[in-house]
Amino acid sequence: MAKRQNQAAATTTRVVLVGNPNSGKSVIFNSLTGMYVDVSNYPGTTVEITEARVGNRVYVDTPGVYGISAFNDEERVTRDVVLTADLILNVVNAVYLERDIFLTLQCIDMGLPVVVAVNMLDEAASQGLKVDLHLLSNLLGVPVVGTVAVLNKGFAELHAALEQPKTGIIGDYLRGAQGDLLAKLGSPAEVMLYLEDDKDIAKRHGLKPPGSREKTYLARKERVNAIVGQVVREDYSQTGFAAFLGKLMLKPLTGLPLLLGTLSAMYHILGVFIAGSIVGVTEERIMLGVYEPFVRRLVEGVFREGTLMWTVLVGEFGLLTMTATYVLGLLLPLVIGFYLLLAILEDSGYLPRIAVLLDSSLTSIGLNGRAVIPMILGFGCVTMAKITTRLLGTSRERLIAITLLAITIPCSAQLGVVVGLIGPLGWPYVVSYIGTIVATFLIIGTLLHRLLPGKSSDLLIDIPPLRLPRLGNVLKKTMNKSYMFLIEAAPLFALGALAITALELSGALVALQHFFAPLTVGWLGLPREAATAFIMGIVRRDFGAAGLAEMDLTAAQTVVSMVTITLFVPCIASVIVMFKERSFKEALVLWLSAFAIAFLVGGLVARVIF
Amino acid sequence: MRMSDLRKGDVVIIKGIKSDLVRAQAIRFGISEGNQVCVEEVLPKGPIVLRRGLMRYALGRNLTEQIIVEKAKVKKHG
Repeated sequence: MAKRQNQAAATTTRVVLVGNPNSGKSVIFNSLTGMYVDVSNYPGTTVEITEARVGNRVYVDTPGVYGISAFNDEERVTRDVVLTADLILNVVNAVYLERDIFLTLQCIDMGLPVVVAVNMLDEAASQGLKVDLHLLSNLLGVPVVGTVAVLNKGFAELHAALEQPKTGIIGDYLRGAQGDLLAKLGSPAEVMLYLEDDKDIAKRHGLKPPGSREKTYLARKERVNAIVGQVVREDYSQTGFAAFLGKLMLKPLTGLPLLLGTLSAMYHILGVFIAGSIVGVTEERIMLGVYEPFVRRLVEGVFREGTLMWTVLVGEFGLLTMTATYVLGLLLPLVIGFYLLLAILEDSGYLPRIAVLLDSSLTSIGLNGRAVIPMILGFGCVTMAKITTRLLGTSRERLIAITLLAITIPCSAQLGVVVGLIGPLGWPYVVSYIGTIVATFLIIGTLLHRLLPGKSSDLLIDIPPLRLPRLGNVLKKTMNKSYMFLIEAAPLFALGALAITALELSGALVALQHFFAPLTVGWLGLPREAATAFIMGIVRRDFGAAGLAEMDLTAAQTVVSMVTITLFVPCIASVIVMFKERSFKEALVLWLSAFAIAFLVGGLVARVIF
Repeated sequence: MRMSDLRKGDVVIIKGIKSDLVRAQAIRFGISEGNQVCVEEVLPKGPIVLRRGLMRYALGRNLTEQIIVEKAKVKKHG
């Protein structure tokens, strides 16, 4: 230990943050590093490993997990990161010590230096819980600090504790097993993982899992109960409106109407207010009315109208005109609006309740209620949602979820355009659009469930209390995600605009429009120019949708084109993620299927609707 | 009896969980054989919501069919 600390002081200390979902680990990471990471009330947002260097410490954030047991990809990722740690900062939720201390003990049992932050002390107090931090520290053998991360409380103590980490008291159930095994496996951490039947670790040392996981878990759970029994004093009678509403959300009779009400409120805010009123100002008045004429005049001071540079910069598909107007005037307000609503949903604790409510429906397409989280996130950004599928229990579920996300779920920017276009057409058109997409979703899901071998896992989640989202958190998260959208989308849009300009100047665009005419005009019943929008859609579907929005289409044509562009191939970033998360073959098959399905369903709708 | 046969308001003791994997996951959550839980909600053909202390859990229907429970001697809880 002493040696380790000296070493660390000489170089850098890797502080790995570990915690259950919903423990506030990301807020603590954010405060320690000054960086902003997602702050959420449901499992699975911190899906990527984030690192930040501050002084001689490198802080590493990990996905929220209930234990280090390699039960899914997130836990495997966490295990691998923990094995590189000099020091573990374990964040626990004061309200749920009974659940969270299991992971704490697992970290301590790995023989690594640990500091425990007992977070959300304010919420525990409001529920009538008192945690004896001093006693907890004695029972664990490591420093324990109380924090209220969202209010920035306890960080001075936390910094002090991080200077004096200690290895804790390893459970009796593991202590006997160390000797020979330790020599063989090299570190207490690997001994523990091996004894808990971690297949990868066992394999790494050429051993078979010993089958002692359950025995260890039960013994550890006993220790958890003993500790929690001593350190938590409760005096609660939880009633009040939040508890009442939380119960109503779970009952189908009241939960389904509440869900429909929530969704239709979101539709009105996003589709009617933002897509209509706000975009009317940002796109038409500001971008088209003021900005574009201004930038055109500016460019014309340097390049004459009709020259190559003029066309690239401010022509029909100009980088400074069309790209800027689409991204800033049309899509950004929609994206901000969506992320704001999503952040409120996430932070309120409503999502796990939706998961319970929809579990039985999702079971019929080979998923369980947990898949609601990537699906709803998909409406924000399909790319991010695909990474979140890591929280699903089996590879089979991940494939089903990724396929459904890639093909049937429109992302916020695209959804905004769709809602803005179809909303004003009236209910028959809205219903036929939604009906088609939902039917396609169910058919693809059912087929995959029937055809794919294996079994999907069952729902097993905990349900956090309902709470009022904190404004600061919601705004920070919205800003962060909207900024990410700009960073990701703008270059791709520029690329797409350049490609389209190149195609147009070389005459290839007209040739392509003619070439695809049988498909666009003959099969879908759209104008020939729609081909341009679909080519733009290959880069990003929202780009394509925006292109279609600029065209003069009849009501029926609008529905057909929106159905087609919704089911169309996912954006380039999302294909790259698919490729990384799955395999080249799966990504290619998915991409081609999306192409085929989009035109097939679009054409079928055209047959019915015209 | 199986957990899937329970009704809202039942207070039971968990007697057995079939799958090794589920048993291990449940222990981490704080539920194991011998624990007393209260059924807070049963969704038709859907999950069962359990309460133990301050914690609430939702278990999918298939899962509840694999869990054996026994009615607890009636003792008001929480």
